[in-house]
Formats: sequence, C-alpha cells, structure tokens
Amino acid sequence: MATTEAEDLDDFRERARKWVTANLRPGGAERAGLRGSTDEEAELAAVAREREVQRAMFDAGFAGICFPKEYGGQGLPPAYQGAFNEALAGYEYPGRLQVPTLSPCAAVLLEFGTEEQKRQHIPAMLKGEELWMQLLSEPGGGSDVAGATTTAMRDGEEWILNGSKIWTTGAWWSDWGLCLTRTNWDLPKHRGLTVFILPLRQPGLDVHRIEMLNGSREFCQEFLSDVRVPDTDRVGDVDDGWTVGTRWMFHERMLYNSPLVSFPAGAGNAAGGPDLLGIARSAGVLGDVAMRERVGEGRVLDVVGNCLQDRVGAAVRSRQMSDQAAAIVRLFKGISAARTRTLGYEIAGAAGGVWADGDGASADAGVDFLMRQTACIGGGTTEMARNVISERVLGMPREPAVGRDLPYRDVPRSATSRR
Amino acid sequence: MLLEPLPDQESLRDTTAKYLADVMSSEQVRRLRDDAAGFAPGYWRQGAELGWTSLLVGEAQGGGSVSEHGLVDLTLIAHEFGLRAAPGPLLPANIVAGALSAEGAGDHSEVVAGLLSGASVASWAYAEEAVAATEPAAMACQVRAEGDELVIDGVKRPVEAAAQSDHLLVTGRTGDGLTQVLVAAGTPGLSVEAMHSVDLTRRFARVELRGVRVPSSAAVGSVGGAGAQVERQFEQAVVLACAEAVGAMQAAFDMTLAWTFDRYSFGRPLASYQALKHRCADMKSWLEGAHAVTDAAARALATAAPDAAELASVAKSFVGDYGAELLQDCVQMHGGVGVTFDHDLHLYLRRVSLQRALWGTPAEHKRRITTLLEQRGDA
Repeated sequence: MATTEAEDLDDFRERARKWVTANLRPGGAERAGLRGSTDEEAELAAVAREREVQRAMFDAGFAGICFPKEYGGQGLPPAYQGAFNEALAGYEYPGRLQVPTLSPCAAVLLEFGTEEQKRQHIPAMLKGEELWMQLLSEPGGGSDVAGATTTAMRDGEEWILNGSKIWTTGAWWSDWGLCLTRTNWDLPKHRGLTVFILPLRQPGLDVHRIEMLNGSREFCQEFLSDVRVPDTDRVGDVDDGWTVGTRWMFHERMLYNSPLVSFPAGAGNAAGGPDLLGIARSAGVLGDVAMRERVGEGRVLDVVGNCLQDRVGAAVRSRQMSDQAAAIVRLFKGISAARTRTLGYEIAGAAGGVWADGDGASADAGVDFLMRQTACIGGGTTEMARNVISERVLGMPREPAVGRDLPYRDVPRSATSRR
Repeated sequence: MLLEPLPDQESLRDTTAKYLADVMSSEQVRRLRDDAAGFAPGYWRQGAELGWTSLLVGEAQGGGSVSEHGLVDLTLIAHEFGLRAAPGPLLPANIVAGALSAEGAGDHSEVVAGLLSGASVASWAYAEEAVAATEPAAMACQVRAEGDELVIDGVKRPVEAAAQSDHLLVTGRTGDGLTQVLVAAGTPGLSVEAMHSVDLTRRFARVELRGVRVPSSAAVGSVGGAGAQVERQFEQAVVLACAEAVGAMQAAFDMTLAWTFDRYSFGRPLASYQALKHRCADMKSWLEGAHAVTDAAARALATAAPDAAELASVAKSFVGDYGAELLQDCVQMHGGVGVTFDHDLHLYLRRVSLQRALWGTPAEHKRRITTLLEQRGDA
C-alpha cells in the first residue's frame, strides 16, 4: 500500500488505525528493561518479532514516517508520526528498533552521513534489517562523554580502533554501532574526536554482557582490539566529532519525543514504577494510615512527573524554554523514581527483604530497592542534570573546566579503566 | 502558571498585576499587619471591578469568565496574589459566589450582586477542628429542618475573613447527607471569635453556631443532598490555594536566585558554588512541577475531567510538601536576613505555609489519593 502525497492527516490516521488493529498484537510498552533477569531465548525471540513488525510497518508505509523518501521513508510532517503513535497505543511495537537505531543513530546519519552511508543503512534500519547501538560511554568516563579515550589511528584508507565502550543496551543482539573515538591526542578534549560506524559482529570486537546485581544481562561492554574501519565509514570530518556528538546527544535527549521514532501514545507516561497499592495489598498493610500515605506519596510523584513532562515538552516546542530544560524532567523523574522504590521497600516490610514465591507484588520490592539508583544514573546522572539546569537554564556560572586548552594527552584522567 | 494564556486571560492577569503593583507594595503588606481586617474595603471593591469575584459566576447572574473555564482564569488572579502575598478574601469570596450562583442553588442573587461589586464579602464555613478537610462526611455541624426553618448547631474553624463577612456559607450534616446554608452576619446564635494566623494579612476566626435559625430559602442546594456540590467547592478551593502558593513560590525563587548572583562570600558569588547551584536546580524542578500539576488540576476541574479529584489532591499534596521545602531552602540560602521582618521573603514563607495547612494537609490528601486509587481498582 503506497502513501500518496495527497493523503490527508485524517485519512492517514484512519488507515493507520485500521492497519494497526488488523496486523499488530495487543500489548504495550512492556519492555523488561532492567527489571530482573531475562531469558536469553525469549529475548532473542522478542528481537526477531520486532524485526518482523518493523518490516511489516515498512511494507505498509508506516516506517520512517518523517524520514526522507529517498532513504525509504515517507517524507511526512511530524503530525503524521503523532497520528501513527496514537494508533499504536495499546499495541505491540518494535521498541528495540526505535531508540537508539532510528534516533539518535539514523538521525545522526541523516545530518552528517555521506550519501552512500545514508543509502546503505537508513532503508535497512527502516526495514528492521539493521539494529544499531551507540558506542558512546566509556568505562573511564561516566557522564564525561567528550573525554573518550577509545583511539582511532589512521592507516592509509583505513582506521584502526582500540579501546572500550560500555553501557550499550543489547549490543549482543545488535548489528551496527555509531562510535565516538579520539583521533588526535594533541588537541584539546573537544577538538580531537571523530565518529565512525562499524559492524558489531567482526573480528577484534568482543561484546561482553554485563550482569547487573539483579541478574539482568542487557547491558554490554565492547572491547575493540585493532578493529579496522574504512575511511568511507567515517561520519563527519576528522577531529570534528564533537560537532557530530553535540547533535547526537541532542537526538538522544529527544528519546521517544523524536518525530523519527514510533512510540505508542501515552506509553511514556505509563507508570513504570512499582505498584505501591499492590505491594500494600500483598503485604496486608492497607489498613495502616502511614502506609496509605506512602502509597499516596508515590502516586503524587508519578502524576506530577507526568504533568511536568507535558509542561516542559510544550514549553520547548513553543520555544518558551530551551531544549536544555529537558534536564528538569530528567532530574525530577530520577529523584522521584528512586523515592518510589524506597516507598515500595518500606511498604513491603519484611517481605521486601525476605520473600516467598507466593508473596505477590511485595516480592519485587527488595530487588527494585537494590536497583534504586539506576534511575538517577542512566542517561546522564542527576548530578549532570543539576549542572545543566543551574548553568544552562538558570544561567548560573559554569563549573571551571580543567585543562580546556591543554592537549588532551596532558589532562588528568581516571587512573584505571574498568577491567 | 499557564504557559500559553489566551489574550483575554493575559489581559485579565495584567490588569490585576498592575493594580497590585500600584497599591500593594511589600511595605504596604507589612503595614497591614496591625489592621484588624487585613484589607481595606476600597481595595477590595476596586479589585472586584477587575474581575476578582466574577469568574465563577455565570453571565446570566452578572458574572462571566474570560475563557470558557472560569476556574482556570481565576487561578491567574490567585497566582498574582501569591506573587505579591496580597491581602483579601479571594478564595472564600469566589467559592461562595460560585456556590450561590450554581444551578439548583436557589435564588441568592442579591448576595451574589454584592459579592460581584465588592460591596460585600462572604466566606465559607467548612472546616472543623479535628476533622480532616478531605473527609467532609466526618464533620459534626448539624443542620436540621424544623417547619419552614433550618436550625444549625456546630463550631467551624478556621473560617477566613469571618469577622469581615456579611454572609457565611455554612456546611453541615443533615442525617447522612450534607447541607449548605447561607447565614447573614449578626443572625442570633452566631458568634465569631478571632484566631491567630501565620499569615500577615489573612484573618481567620472560630465561628460558633448555637441554634441558629434561618428560613428554608437560605438553603444553598438541596437539604441533605449537597455532597457533590461540597466536593466540587472543596476541590476548587484546593486548586486556588495551590495557585496562590505557586505564585508565592515563584516570587521567593526569583528573589533567591537573584540573591545568589548578588551576594558574595569568600570572594565569589553564591551562584558559583556547586552545592548551591544544585539546590537551585532542585528548587527549579519542584517549582516547575508545582506549576505543571496546579495547571493540570485547574483544567481538569474546569472541564469536569474524570481525574479531577485525584489531580486536585496530587497538586495540594505536592505544592504543600515541596512549596514549603522550597521556601525554607530560600530562607537557608539567604541566611539570617531571610527571617527578618524587614525582608520580603517571610511574606511568601507565610503564604505558602498557610496554604499548606488549609484545605487538607499533604498527608490528608495522600490518604485521599490512596482511597481514590482503591475506588478506581474496584470500579
């Protein structure tokens, strides 16, 4: 079914609704994420299903709604993606293929990729054939992304990459990566970086799955040993990787608000936190006034977080706030997610620490509590968000930058990398 | 407050902002400390001309909103009151004006006209000692029918501006139901005793009703059947209290942020210390959250959305907890000067602290939210 240029928004919406109802399974944004361990086979089956769904979307003209037609997209304005997202509400969707594959990875290729790169990869992404990861964070770096030490050395028409990247979600079932490297150690930190694309399954690239304390093995670390990348797989200019990186991180902050990704409407506001009422019920403490107040407090934080997200989103769209204001939502949601996990652990009582198989909602409260701080760490720590808010939103003085003008090789760094 | 007010809403807000800027400097607020009423009748009448009491009253009765949602419009005025810690019975006068002109309330047009012009003031005698404001069914005040009269017995406290009011809307029980009655000041059996308040200009009283008799026509709505209307008034009061508190939070935050730039300590501005920058970032997130949830609650209530009750309680709980924390943090960043009488900060600290305590505390609203969640699960 081809989309004609003349299709109006209402017709599109109706066609999307019919197609979703007829072709997708009811479901939702149920990603296991960091919640407990996942069965490897089940995870691979889920990835395979998502590739199928993405392909079906592509064949029906619903993939890459806002991507240019010449790269397999539909070339439509963001309102059409919004209409499709509304149709998706309550249905399965290929979440693993949206972020980071379509945004930020495809978004970065659209802005900085060569014609050949765009033609090779973007249609493949839209068809579900290529799953991409961001090779951005490093074991020695944390939030200081521009401090990358993974090195690319020029060798004729190729580059040789060495180093390590970390916190890639699902790199073990992914195909390609966008990688930030250091190509010049004699320039200051932000000026000696270059971005490359590379296949994740190749000699010299070892993907190691990291086991989190709750048993989840979604996160990976990659070790690059003399990985050879042709110069034609470079994105942007040599030593100008921070120009690419700045836009890369802009797209990353957009997450599911990006018009480049499909995401069921409203799912971003779904309470991802613990079911405090369920915990209170299973712990048998719903008659306790203090526990009722804790359940209420958790709900307060969830609802305010969603209202705040809507407010800041609207303000950024209407340019009443800069896009840096997204850090306000990030900070609030991080702190409140941590708080609700503490509330859950308190409400569960002893069953939070020691549980039996039949203990229902209380049984998850303990491990959720152990993983509490992940909400304040992943995607940029809450401390980074506080810096952004105070400096970029409130205009308070910047933190002194150490060695801003020194060659990066002379700037103090962590003594040891992880592992 | 609203990110994108309509042009008419903007002009409503601007006229109030200009008027308050002209007549209600912080020095003037401080001077009113010793004023028995806390506001001058002329101040209130002029404000009424700007629309302070008309927004919850229908056009047929002489009122009118500037958008189709009078409560949302009114939150803009309440926000301006918060920004200046302004005096005057904004909340109770509006709740009563709205209640008296609601459908099925009976004919109270003369009283409504007085409220609209600002010539008279009315207040809502709702709260009681040792009864959570979130649980009106637990109130003790009794209203019973005797022939063509209603007889009221009970004690209400705190009642805002009771001594300055020409009429009180008294909420009480009739059997298992709720009844609302309009009682004129000076009615035999009604006594008003002044109380003390953390706020500088808002006056409150304990109102005792002993065998107070009024004609049946003084009933506002049906006798024993006013529960839904009482809940609506309560949620409106909650939203207005929040809107005012958010205005006060905004004023205190702006003042404190400016202070961190101006104040030098150990040779650098306070704004350059990361410990204080991070606290300002936290405050900013609470402030924006308070704006967001209050606006959402006002909109939900004005449009009778299904989640209006929950949003009102979420707003009151959040603004109560985090508003007070924000103000205390502002005091901490100011240091000792922040708790001196000549500094303006305490005017906002007072207003936010007052609104935290009235119309249900954060803890009471959290309990209400849990009850609403259970009801939703049962439905």
